[in-house]
Amino acid sequence: MDTLMLSRLQFAAATFFHFLFVPLTLGLSVMLAIMETNYVRTGNEEYSRMARFWGKIFLINFAIGVVTGITLEFQFGTNWSRYSEYVGDIFGSLLAIEATVAFFLESTFVAVWAFGWKRLSPKAHAIAIWLVAIASNVSALWILIANAWMQHPVGFVIRNGRAELDNLISIIAQPFAWHTIVHTISAAYILSAFFIMGVSSWHLLRKQHISFFKKSFRLAISFALIFTIVEVVQGHMHGGEVAKIQPTKLAAMESLWVTTRSAPQYLFVIPDPDNERNLVEFGAIPGALSMLAFHDFSAEVKGLKHFAPSERPPVTLSFVSFRVMMTLGFFFLVMAIIGWFRRDTIEQRPALLKVFLFSIPLPYVASEFGWMLAEVGRQPWVVYGMMKTSNAVSPVAASQVAISLGAFVLVYSFLGIVAYYLMWSHSRKGPSDDTALPDAADEEVGYA
Amino acid sequence: MLETIWFALWGILWAVYFVLDGFDLGIGTLAPFLTKNEGEKRSVYNSMGPYWNGNEVWLITAGGVTFAAFPKTYAVMFSSLYSALLLILFCLIVRGVAMEFRSKFSSTGWKRFWDTLLWVGNFGPALLFGVAFANLFRGILIDGSGIYHGTLFSLLNPYGLMGGILFTLIFAVHGSLWLTLKTNGDLKGRAANLAGSLWYALAAAAVVFLGATYVSTHLYDNYIKVPVLFVIPLAAVGALVGILLFIRQAQWLKAWISSAVFIVMVTLFGVSGMYPNLLISSIDPAFSLTAFNSSSSSLTLEIMLGVALVFVPVVIAYQAWVYCLFGRWDHQLAQSKRQK
Repeated sequence: MDTLMLSRLQFAAATFFHFLFVPLTLGLSVMLAIMETNYVRTGNEEYSRMARFWGKIFLINFAIGVVTGITLEFQFGTNWSRYSEYVGDIFGSLLAIEATVAFFLESTFVAVWAFGWKRLSPKAHAIAIWLVAIASNVSALWILIANAWMQHPVGFVIRNGRAELDNLISIIAQPFAWHTIVHTISAAYILSAFFIMGVSSWHLLRKQHISFFKKSFRLAISFALIFTIVEVVQGHMHGGEVAKIQPTKLAAMESLWVTTRSAPQYLFVIPDPDNERNLVEFGAIPGALSMLAFHDFSAEVKGLKHFAPSERPPVTLSFVSFRVMMTLGFFFLVMAIIGWFRRDTIEQRPALLKVFLFSIPLPYVASEFGWMLAEVGRQPWVVYGMMKTSNAVSPVAASQVAISLGAFVLVYSFLGIVAYYLMWSHSRKGPSDDTALPDAADEEVGYA
Repeated sequence: MLETIWFALWGILWAVYFVLDGFDLGIGTLAPFLTKNEGEKRSVYNSMGPYWNGNEVWLITAGGVTFAAFPKTYAVMFSSLYSALLLILFCLIVRGVAMEFRSKFSSTGWKRFWDTLLWVGNFGPALLFGVAFANLFRGILIDGSGIYHGTLFSLLNPYGLMGGILFTLIFAVHGSLWLTLKTNGDLKGRAANLAGSLWYALAAAAVVFLGATYVSTHLYDNYIKVPVLFVIPLAAVGALVGILLFIRQAQWLKAWISSAVFIVMVTLFGVSGMYPNLLISSIDPAFSLTAFNSSSSSLTLEIMLGVALVFVPVVIAYQAWVYCLFGRWDHQLAQSKRQK
């Protein structure tokens, strides 16, 4: 394999791994903040215990999120130096702003929160986790603005042989950036909600800590309901935006080969990219694709053959990613609605609890496939319409990248196994009945 | 002008990073040699626990600022130092995770495993940052199109290795001084003694490095051109002497602050000597990347300067507040232990 392919694999591996941990921190931090606010408001000790129990899971994820985030930033320089040189004027600034404005805040106050259980008033402690929650989400916002710029570059001029900043406001304010932000952050909240509901279900099925996990479940199901609705509605609009600005991605994710007026939506398709056609097309809903993409039954949708083969993204991967993500999205919506109506008697419904328990991994799958669609569907471009991925790679030896890729796989697999084992064993153990607050003096408080 | 301001900010960010994360790197490097039992090991972990994460963000910011203000330097520097940088990153991953995971099981084997990784994860970057910066002072084998013609091993030249040893000693002294502030009893005594003896090694390494710098680099050219710059190395020497004086008087906070000043001055000594070069080519000076030929557009530099002027003071304010807060907590803790 050449440097380009190895670098792509390495970046994909590093991103996928990073995103196994980040979404849970985005959603959990907000839910922890709500738990602690409830504690301050009501004085009910149980809310404080909830924040401590879920807080441990949060810290494990936060630690891995931080250390794996740095490698992503630095890989732009090590592996994608041509890209960094060409767009650093814009892309580098967004990353630097993220670090200065948000990342310092979350990293500093997460320590105050983790070590301050005994020493801060409940109110000050709640403020600390609110700062962490806000900063984490603002941090995600800047990273997603940067990603949206790669999907749809705006606010730049090509000058001095590179892309230079022309208008920062238009980069921040462009609709596609806000679609990406709402979509990704909602996905993170859904993942966090399903995580809490799944773990809660396990304990409720065993009839243990009922009040504790029912409260957790009820908080999470409200999150799940709100954000699955947001996700499905916004996801539809997001698709419309992709249709407008990334026609090649739309064609690939729908596996549409020929440009068609009033294009149908098929219920079942098997793409056959080698022969530029679909092996099977079944269950056509006339005009539905035109309607979904352009809000017009007779609209023309560009097919893949309209574009030169060298400009098309990998079809099967884009197509499958989209289907998996979308199907799971609707599944989460249905589960959230059912769960919400059953929330008061949830502990008496073992079948439903089992479905929630086994649903824990599904939002992870949906999120990863979502990123696969966003990034693979953008190919062959690294910045859509501006710079090809093949022109972005560093002039480094393939052997160097092969070694580092091997190291990534080894180190990350090990970390992943340890982290998920720790989360699993902590989740099974359940909350301690001990009401004493943890303290750095008594034990090494685990901390990111 | 903007380029020069950003060049200065770039140097200052690295200096702040070395001051703050430097004590973590030093403590981690010394931990296996300083601790005798589980209780002491925990004290060592707790002396870094609340801080390392906020400290590491200064590295992310230094990287981010290189990317934003000097994209071409970022591109060529990071791809040229590929293996060294990724080694540093893996070390930092491992040490961060070691801090988080060690306490999760009480088995001895588990703890010993993470103790080893903590050592690797701190000693590695301490040494490699030194090697990397010495090579930046000296220049690396980059050609006119920004392609690196060396390997990881060409960075391990005698001057590079001297830089590695110097940085490791700087961080070791800095870390052991931090331990004297954050621990008690035998451990504090050992940390204090170690700081005292390591100081001589550090002073020797600093003198040798200064001499070797004269032979191996062109850093002194700027100083000869603008002699007032000699204030920086003089301040470094003053701070170095200050460390020893305060150690002898057992004034640990003042000794640590002297060490912090020393680190800032050492970093600025190198950076001022390099100006306006960010990445010196040892093939031909004409290939060097400077603050002027590798910078971002002036619009980007202006916007980023605005962001930095507003937010960096805010960051410094709340981080300083948090350091004081933890200092107060440690103090209360020590008192409550004494009462028991």
